Amino acid sequence: MQDVNWIALSIFVVLFGFITWLGFAAAHWRKGDLDQLHEWGLGGRRFGTLITWFLVGGDVYTAYTFIAVPALAFGAGAVAFFAVPYTIIIYPLLFLVYRRLWHVCHKHGYITAGDFVRGRFGNRWLALAVTITGIVATMPYIALQLVGIQVVIGALGISGAGWAADLPLLVAFVVLAAFTYSSGLRAPASIAIVKDILIYVTALAAIIVIPIELGGFHKIFAAVPAQKLLLAAPGPHTTGSYGAYATLALGSAFALFLYPHSLTGILSASSGHAIRRNAAMLPGYTFMLGLLALFGFFVIAAGVDKLPEYAAGFKQFGNNFAVPALLLHSFPSWFVGIAFAAIGIGALVPAAIMSIAAANLYTRNIHREFINKNPTDKQESHMAKLVSLIVKAGALVFILFVPTQYAIQLQLLGGIWIIQTLPPVMLGVYTRWFNSWALLAGWAVGTFAGTAMAISTKLTPTFPLVLDGYTFPGYTAVYTVILNLAVAAVLTPVFNAMGAKSAVADQTAASDYFA
Amino acid sequence: MMDAHKKRGGWSWWYLLFVIQFAVALWPPFYNKMEPTLMGIPFFYWFQLLWVIVSAVFTAIVYFATSD
Repeated sequence: MQDVNWIALSIFVVLFGFITWLGFAAAHWRKGDLDQLHEWGLGGRRFGTLITWFLVGGDVYTAYTFIAVPALAFGAGAVAFFAVPYTIIIYPLLFLVYRRLWHVCHKHGYITAGDFVRGRFGNRWLALAVTITGIVATMPYIALQLVGIQVVIGALGISGAGWAADLPLLVAFVVLAAFTYSSGLRAPASIAIVKDILIYVTALAAIIVIPIELGGFHKIFAAVPAQKLLLAAPGPHTTGSYGAYATLALGSAFALFLYPHSLTGILSASSGHAIRRNAAMLPGYTFMLGLLALFGFFVIAAGVDKLPEYAAGFKQFGNNFAVPALLLHSFPSWFVGIAFAAIGIGALVPAAIMSIAAANLYTRNIHREFINKNPTDKQESHMAKLVSLIVKAGALVFILFVPTQYAIQLQLLGGIWIIQTLPPVMLGVYTRWFNSWALLAGWAVGTFAGTAMAISTKLTPTFPLVLDGYTFPGYTAVYTVILNLAVAAVLTPVFNAMGAKSAVADQTAASDYFA
Repeated sequence: MMDAHKKRGGWSWWYLLFVIQFAVALWPPFYNKMEPTLMGIPFFYWFQLLWVIVSAVFTAIVYFATSD
């Protein structure tokens, strides 16, 4: 690998030092009693429109996104742009569904999706299914954030043998764990502001400077092989890449806000208005993500993958090295330091929120439900802090000892799993018509079928569904959540007739869902 | 009181803007083409970026039209 880039490294370290201080100082920001779970784990639900914008932005547009989406454009071309329609259609969902969820959670003090499902349907096993799915789907997501840090540390020229090679990642991890433990959600909320400023500066500079260096967009797109520029037109008797593109966008969108960390960001908002305003403001990030996707083509046009100085990086990190290599190639060292810090810090923010979200889930919906039914506030928040450490340590061990490919594949499966919680959570916001045991059966069938389909396609996201001679390649998550819904709908009258009704009444009233 | 609740919790015709937003974003044949290019950027790319902005405007319109 190339030599250590001292200027970039110094700036990187200084910025990391700054956000470390900020993370600890955040404990005193909008001060609350951190011995209460909603203070530690939801920032006391005190964040207004702007902070929510940064926080949800930090959730959705992670370091891994910034590395992986351009890497996909570089490797596979146009299909990587599905991230744009995906992040277009999440915001109406936020506007309509999650505003209602925010209101009902605020009214009843719910902190997790499991809390809501427990209260709405009165079935703790259904809540447990939602909880376990959330935790399991989140773990590989955290691991992927650490991959993002690994790539930029490697690109700074730091390498070594054995333990020395992992030392920088360990340091980043300890910092992350410590400020999350002490400050809770306030830490990533404050750091997200710094992260976003750095990311916007980087993206804007790159989108202006690099095309000028490369001789304009004409030349850039001319350098990209024609088959990468557009989706392949489908042949006869198939919806081909069009169906795959649209279902990937649709399924990813519906899955996104079911992830525990997204919900944590939403529930920490101080009002339903803040949520709705954010639905109109968050596309700012989508626009930037679209620009970042184009970086994949800049890499092709600049030919950095063929330069000898970056060969070792591409060999070690694969296409994920494309963006770091492009930045190294195009910018002076001091700016590379800022850009890499943006990516590194962009990994810490979602990793912190994810570990908090998983900790909230365990504490509320497993520990409190099944182990210690009457914890004091202090016991509850301490348990959550402890679990946030365990979750992160698990992710770290995973990244250090298991090939990265497994984390990516598990993350793919995680998307298929998490969407199976759509009927009780998203539809639950509107109706309690479904029988809770039928929802549990639908979840089980969807999870099992999704896993089997993903394995049958060798862990690629799309499954070629064949119906009556026509092939519909589509995102497995979409097909299996439809199956899940069908099972739940068919079994609901059956279970109701058998008298398998939940003994506990709905805690929520129709008027709890809006202002 | 009940009427106000109904209005705020229920359907609004303004939500049709969301339907347009969804339909266009999820219909690739509509934008999967090279021409017309904009400053050298193929239609596929600049149109979807433009649609991000249009969608944000739609959402803002719905926000102002449905909040009271």
